Amino acid sequence: MSNEATLHGQHEVIHHGDDHHGNGHDHDHHHEQSFISKYVFSMDHKMIAKQFLITGIIWAIIGALFSVLFRLQLGYPDATFPWLESILGHWAEGGRITPQAYYALVTMHGTILVFFVLTAGLSGTFSNFLIPLQVGARDMASPFMNMLSYWFFFMASMVMMASFFVQTGPASGGWTAYPPLSALGDASIGSKIGMDLWLVSMALFVVSQLLGGLNYISTILNLRTKGMSMTKMPLTIWSFFFTAVLGVLSFPVLLSGFILLLFDRHGGTSFYLSELFVKGKVLPNEGGSAILYQHLFWFLGHPEVYIIILPAMGMVSEVLAINSRKPIFGYLAMVGSMFAIAILAFLVWAHHMFVTGLNPFLGAFFVLLTLLIAVPSAIKVFNWITTIWKGNIRFTPGSLFSIGFVSTFISGGLTGIWLGNSSIDIHLHDTYFVIAHFHIVMGVSAFFGMFAAIYHWFPKMYGRYLNQTIGFIHFWITMAGAYLIFWPMHYEGMAGMPRRYFDYSGWESFKMFTELNQFISFVVIIVFATQLLFVFNFFYSIFKGRKVTTTNPWQATTLEWTTPINPGHGNWPGEIPEVHRWPYDYSKDGKDFIPQTVPVSADESAH
Amino acid sequence: MATMSAQKNKIHPHKFSLWIAMGSITMMFIGFTSAYVVKRSQANWQSFELPSIFWISTAVILASSLTIHLAVRQFKQRNMSRYKQLITLTAILGVLFTVCQILGFADMMKHNLPLDGPVSASFIYVIVGVHILHVLGGVVTLMVMFVRAYRTRIRTYSSVPVEVAATYWHFVDLLWIYLLVFLSLAR
Repeated sequence: MSNEATLHGQHEVIHHGDDHHGNGHDHDHHHEQSFISKYVFSMDHKMIAKQFLITGIIWAIIGALFSVLFRLQLGYPDATFPWLESILGHWAEGGRITPQAYYALVTMHGTILVFFVLTAGLSGTFSNFLIPLQVGARDMASPFMNMLSYWFFFMASMVMMASFFVQTGPASGGWTAYPPLSALGDASIGSKIGMDLWLVSMALFVVSQLLGGLNYISTILNLRTKGMSMTKMPLTIWSFFFTAVLGVLSFPVLLSGFILLLFDRHGGTSFYLSELFVKGKVLPNEGGSAILYQHLFWFLGHPEVYIIILPAMGMVSEVLAINSRKPIFGYLAMVGSMFAIAILAFLVWAHHMFVTGLNPFLGAFFVLLTLLIAVPSAIKVFNWITTIWKGNIRFTPGSLFSIGFVSTFISGGLTGIWLGNSSIDIHLHDTYFVIAHFHIVMGVSAFFGMFAAIYHWFPKMYGRYLNQTIGFIHFWITMAGAYLIFWPMHYEGMAGMPRRYFDYSGWESFKMFTELNQFISFVVIIVFATQLLFVFNFFYSIFKGRKVTTTNPWQATTLEWTTPINPGHGNWPGEIPEVHRWPYDYSKDGKDFIPQTVPVSADESAH
Repeated sequence: MATMSAQKNKIHPHKFSLWIAMGSITMMFIGFTSAYVVKRSQANWQSFELPSIFWISTAVILASSLTIHLAVRQFKQRNMSRYKQLITLTAILGVLFTVCQILGFADMMKHNLPLDGPVSASFIYVIVGVHILHVLGGVVTLMVMFVRAYRTRIRTYSSVPVEVAATYWHFVDLLWIYLLVFLSLAR
């Protein structure tokens, strides 16, 4: 009965969308869609997911390429590369990146990877793709808003892309855009129009995230199929839910910080500016506080790292359970720890600000709360290991990347315990130790979760498999490369090597790292080439990959594998299936797996 | 509608989404007002009286909440002409509210409190300005509803869009009351 209600509720939603736009795609009576309504302004969550994914991949290539360019400078500060001048023009005069270009590259690398790839590309893709399929809904609560979410992201992308081509270059004050550098056009050339475009682009991005997040929450809470109680949801859905809640509550605060920054830039206000000299002139601004911006920024900035990592956690849980043919260990503990992480995410922002002159007494509370996050994180790690423990593991690229995720999450998470202590942070703040920490725990781990998900759900997305051999090559080189790149950075950081410097060869203390820096840059190039191999695999397999012949290729229990191999808009041709059991009935009562749609039989104990 | 009755105790997904959106907007204003609190506790904070016209605009927006409430009722009783009158009145009151706020800005400038003046004044311009944008968003929504009410080809009998618009309108009203109380007390 409630299934019926959901179905009809959904009908109404789709009709509502049609009312507005007339590009009808009703799942009951299929008629040919135009190219525009099917591939461009699509309201099908599966197509929007693919749009997010492919846009994310393009951004990932650009962002990674930027890191290769600035690693060239860091590894070979004295060498010249004439081809750099051909692509970057006066930003690399004589084949050597200028300091200004270096800062622009670093800033854009951070912005692109954190926001456009690991937020929009990761949770945008898989929240869109998996939420309706795994909770048993025909589409999102509002397919129209979902479409807008993608197009706001697209506009944000275009504005950011445009800032690469303005005369004074893109924003270059770091991805955190701290004032006064970001507030004063005279402070650096990267703070001129490039900074304005950065702010506009980020404002559009926030709108995109809010529209998406509203839909994810609303769909998960309102459009679940009959029998799909909250505790029968796969952990992926729980993780997308917490991610969306974090985004909806923290992105608006970032926006208010940006609005105040815009007024400081163009309205002559003094929210963040105080007693400054620029180019020998005294500025009229007084009474502002640059620290205020940091509070507003990190109130988003810290939840943002969980917005990045939670979806990866959820998807890794799912892929690990399926590929070790065992139920997930401690389902409720997994949900509980994600909930704890979501709460704590809002209470730890000032650990980014220990050296700003924050009251040490206040700092002690932030240390305590920060270290508390180790508890739910450790619970999750324990549960992943016990899930694969004595499992009948299938080593697919997806499961390898999931295991890789657990590895990098542990090694990157442990260094977080050091950084979370305000006293040790005085030495380690703004050194390569921080770079190593967050790249392993947030960058590499989130990418591994994303790769695991792409390898695992590609058959559902395109009806074809990714090439496994290339997948194995991709995994092993990326896994080894990630550690070879970031592990040595811990030593550099402990030796006090600061981040964001253009050239370390001028410092006697860091001369011992010359060869190490060369080594890191060399590995970066190899790993980047391997990622291009993955991109080739991705696009080649969309058209030429091995075809999927069965609806449930991984023998999984969840609802997305009950749809046809290439599901249309509406996902299920007939009724939405009813759910009778939790999603992790693997190796139960002598059966390899029992789908969620199979009723619990009389002689069987419900989970 | 038999199918709807099964869903009776379940909130419509669009209404639910609106509630989340309102939470999100609230967070943005919490961001502004906490920035205000932080700045206020620092040196060089200059306090002043809010423009008295803000009290008139408060009366205007309260009246508009009443008119949109009546509009929803008329829509449900299918009194379409009364409904159209009432949403037009609401939209006009919304514009009037905006005009009052801008007059308030003019008053502040006359008292030597421009945007680039003391930071306490800058905050008023930004916070009230962003709130005005949210009210104008509501006015645009009402205009869309107004055009829709004249359509002959498609008739809407569902009251969900009207109720969503009304809830949003009450929300920006309440938001203003919160801001007014906050800005009056924390000077």
